[in-house]
Amino acid sequence: MSAAVPVAVRSTTRGVRAVGMLRATGPAGIASAIVIAVAIFMAVFGTLLAPYDPITPNLSLAWVGPVGGHLLGYDFEGRDVLSRLIVGARTSMLGPLAVVIGSMTAGTLLAVTAAWRGGALDAFISSGLDVLFAFPGILLAVLAAAVFGAGLVAAAIALSIAYMPYVARVLRGAALKERSQPYVAALEVQGASSTSICLRHLIPNVMPLIVAQATILFGYAMVDLAAISFLGLGVQPPEPNWGVMISENQDGIPQGYPLPALAACVCIVVVVIAFNILGERLFEQAMGAPR
Amino acid sequence: MPETAAAGAPAPDTNGTAALEVAGLRKEFGPLVAVDDVSFGIPEAGSLAIVGESGSGKTTIARMIVGLERPTTGTITACGHDRSRPPRSARDRRRRGREVQIVFQDPYTSLDPRQSAEATIDEVLRLHHGWPAGRRRARIAELIDLVGLDQRQARALPRALSGGQRQRVAIARALAAEPRILILDESVAALDVSIQAQVLNLLADIRDSTRVSYILISHDLAVVRQLTDQAIVLHRGKVVERGPTARVLDDPQDPYTQRLRASVPRPGWKPRRRALAGAGEEPGIP
Amino acid sequence: MSDPGAAPAAVTPAEGTPAAPLLDVDGLTVRLPIEGIHRPVLRDVSFSLRPGEAFGLVGESGSGKSMTARAIDRLLPPGAEVTGSIRFDGRDVSSLAGAALRQYRGQVAMIFQDPRAHTNPVRRIGDFMTEALRTNMSVPASQARARAVDMLGQVGIEDGERRLRQYPHQLSGGMLQRVMIAAALLTQPRLLLADEPTTALDVTTQAEVMAILDDLRREFGLTMLFITHDLELAAAICDRTAVMYAGQIVEIRRSSLLHDDPLHPYTAALAGARPDIGQTAHRLRAIPGRPLSAFEAPQDECAFAPRCPHARDICLAAVPELVEIGGGLSRCARTQELRGKLQVSADA
Repeated sequence: MSAAVPVAVRSTTRGVRAVGMLRATGPAGIASAIVIAVAIFMAVFGTLLAPYDPITPNLSLAWVGPVGGHLLGYDFEGRDVLSRLIVGARTSMLGPLAVVIGSMTAGTLLAVTAAWRGGALDAFISSGLDVLFAFPGILLAVLAAAVFGAGLVAAAIALSIAYMPYVARVLRGAALKERSQPYVAALEVQGASSTSICLRHLIPNVMPLIVAQATILFGYAMVDLAAISFLGLGVQPPEPNWGVMISENQDGIPQGYPLPALAACVCIVVVVIAFNILGERLFEQAMGAPR
Repeated sequence: MPETAAAGAPAPDTNGTAALEVAGLRKEFGPLVAVDDVSFGIPEAGSLAIVGESGSGKTTIARMIVGLERPTTGTITACGHDRSRPPRSARDRRRRGREVQIVFQDPYTSLDPRQSAEATIDEVLRLHHGWPAGRRRARIAELIDLVGLDQRQARALPRALSGGQRQRVAIARALAAEPRILILDESVAALDVSIQAQVLNLLADIRDSTRVSYILISHDLAVVRQLTDQAIVLHRGKVVERGPTARVLDDPQDPYTQRLRASVPRPGWKPRRRALAGAGEEPGIP
Repeated sequence: MSDPGAAPAAVTPAEGTPAAPLLDVDGLTVRLPIEGIHRPVLRDVSFSLRPGEAFGLVGESGSGKSMTARAIDRLLPPGAEVTGSIRFDGRDVSSLAGAALRQYRGQVAMIFQDPRAHTNPVRRIGDFMTEALRTNMSVPASQARARAVDMLGQVGIEDGERRLRQYPHQLSGGMLQRVMIAAALLTQPRLLLADEPTTALDVTTQAEVMAILDDLRREFGLTMLFITHDLELAAAICDRTAVMYAGQIVEIRRSSLLHDDPLHPYTAALAGARPDIGQTAHRLRAIPGRPLSAFEAPQDECAFAPRCPHARDICLAAVPELVEIGGGLSRCARTQELRGKLQVSADA
């Protein structure tokens, strides 16, 4: 029990709060946020920023090393690696984004419904999600490719389904805890509907956790989608994509031209680590938030 | 004539229609009987204390009255409407909210941490009335003033407010629905002594000006004496004594009530051990 | 009943009493980092405990009563700045380290408000109770268990053997608190710090636990520091009681006189704010404002002055000193002239 510390009434605008949360993640968190911002920037404006044509092959330039304005050299089809990386950011980021949106939305809705209603419905949903836990994401993606043909959309949907139980498990616990709080009971006694309580009170109060979870998931989705594209089941060439770039340039490694494949690898690793770090810092904040 | 300890007899109405009537209330959680054949009534502008320790069933009764728990058997009637079964529609639910409201014990978790007092009260007003923004603002200002807060506190988030201030917000929120009956579930138990006195005075003022009926759930006999006219004493789910608060406290008839009364610290009081260890302890856990 | 316990009748501070104080706190000032800045939570706290005495520490939120106990037991949060001295048996507590500190902790036992928060739910009662004996005092396990069973009997738990094998969740709050008391007494401490030990308990259980504490304290000749927000509770088993406000001691008095002859306006106000179980007042005598922490209260004047009905200019001039008066101590600048006018009157 502490007396109220004299704080000025803190700002309630979302922007100011978000910046505050970011600052609280420390230098590692801020550095990660910057990396992510750069990646997003490239994803949005990539086609305008790329110095050279990322699509048209020129086999006479295959595997040529860094020279002139080509900082990372040429890939196996004679295209500028740097340009392909920059443009490739789009599909490399878009895919995971779709997965995160899909799995977070479905997972959160299921978790909140299960936590709110409890009883048989909760048992039913939890069992259903337990079954989904058994399927690794990549396996589901391979299945999807076999059924619907290779492509980013099928892969993203398959991964969304595979990730849903992880989201639901974390969110269900938080939703249960929030649901048991007296302020929720007070709203029920007022006569507010379940839907309005969940949407206007429950979910906003677990939002920090949702944001943290989404950030962490983004990293995992990126790795999984890169793997799927590497296997040839995701983004199809000649569309630039970091995962595909590793696959199509892998022959260069034993031949002494490792740069194109490794450059794509580094991009994935750096961005995934950034998402992981930021996500975990946000998660810590979410779990430790004072009331 | 002193009231008997008859468990089934409801207290007689002292003036006019009963605001709340509870008859034969029973709640079972599996094999555990938390509330056993409890009956009581409160008149309009009346006040009733439900006294008991942990495991007595007092909180379960409160939860059943406001609809957070469903009775196994028995009836609850508020403002003439039965509320023993779950509400049938959203309108029904809202109407019940305008009949009985509740203020919980813990000021630190009974407010949405993301909502200021103004926003909290506004939401309640919008739920129950189709008023335009201007009228709502005026009513919010009235309620804030009624509970002794100022504009700055009304706009602050709960984390910037002390326990006593948060509890005032909770009271304002409950009153925004203009209930006939207000249940105070240990609402001052978590407050400092000096703040408790302020809030008790506030509650007395509110009762005088709005004629709302109080049901005070408390283990603190001095608070019970201060705020209520009638009292029932619960022990392990049963009513063991009932009557005017003053009589129940000054001249308890039931052995449990007597023990309760004798356990209250006061000048000159010396605690004494009872012979049997573990006897009479509240039923274990959780 | 005459003044209970081993304490002599006089209530003057340590200097001049026959027995050396067991615990002597002098000028204790603690600053804690709050939102990045060091702020005072205890200001110039001074008092002494004579061996065998039961001493109450009463206050509301922010008064610093819990912090005082933590300072004594070296349990302050990291980053705490401590000035002033705490001497146990003449030795300075803050300089202890390693084995000496462990030995000190064996002599000072603490009981907390919420027993569940201070027990490991996955360990049995027996393990938890005998741990200190086995590890710090090298008592063989079987002997430790035997002593534990015996101590459980002393606190009124008859089937001790069975209880030792149980887990904390299998015991009610009252039972668990008795176990905590038994565990605290096993190491034969000389000083018992009880921080609101009965606040979370039902009133009938509280009476029982208080009786146990009182009995055992006398039987073992323990010195006890009893922290509570309940003035009447402290008066019931403590020989002397100190009242704290905003991190300072504002009054030290023999418990039996605290209610009838308070020396400080805050004590009188606190007693007067409580509802009376014997009668209904039209309105309670509430104190305006709210209890402040040391850093929230004004620093250069009487901390209680903003809320005090008896405040005058002299109260705003400087921080009042703790002065001796009528057998007690009071930190009121006007204590002399207010003497006898502060008592809580019986009328509504």
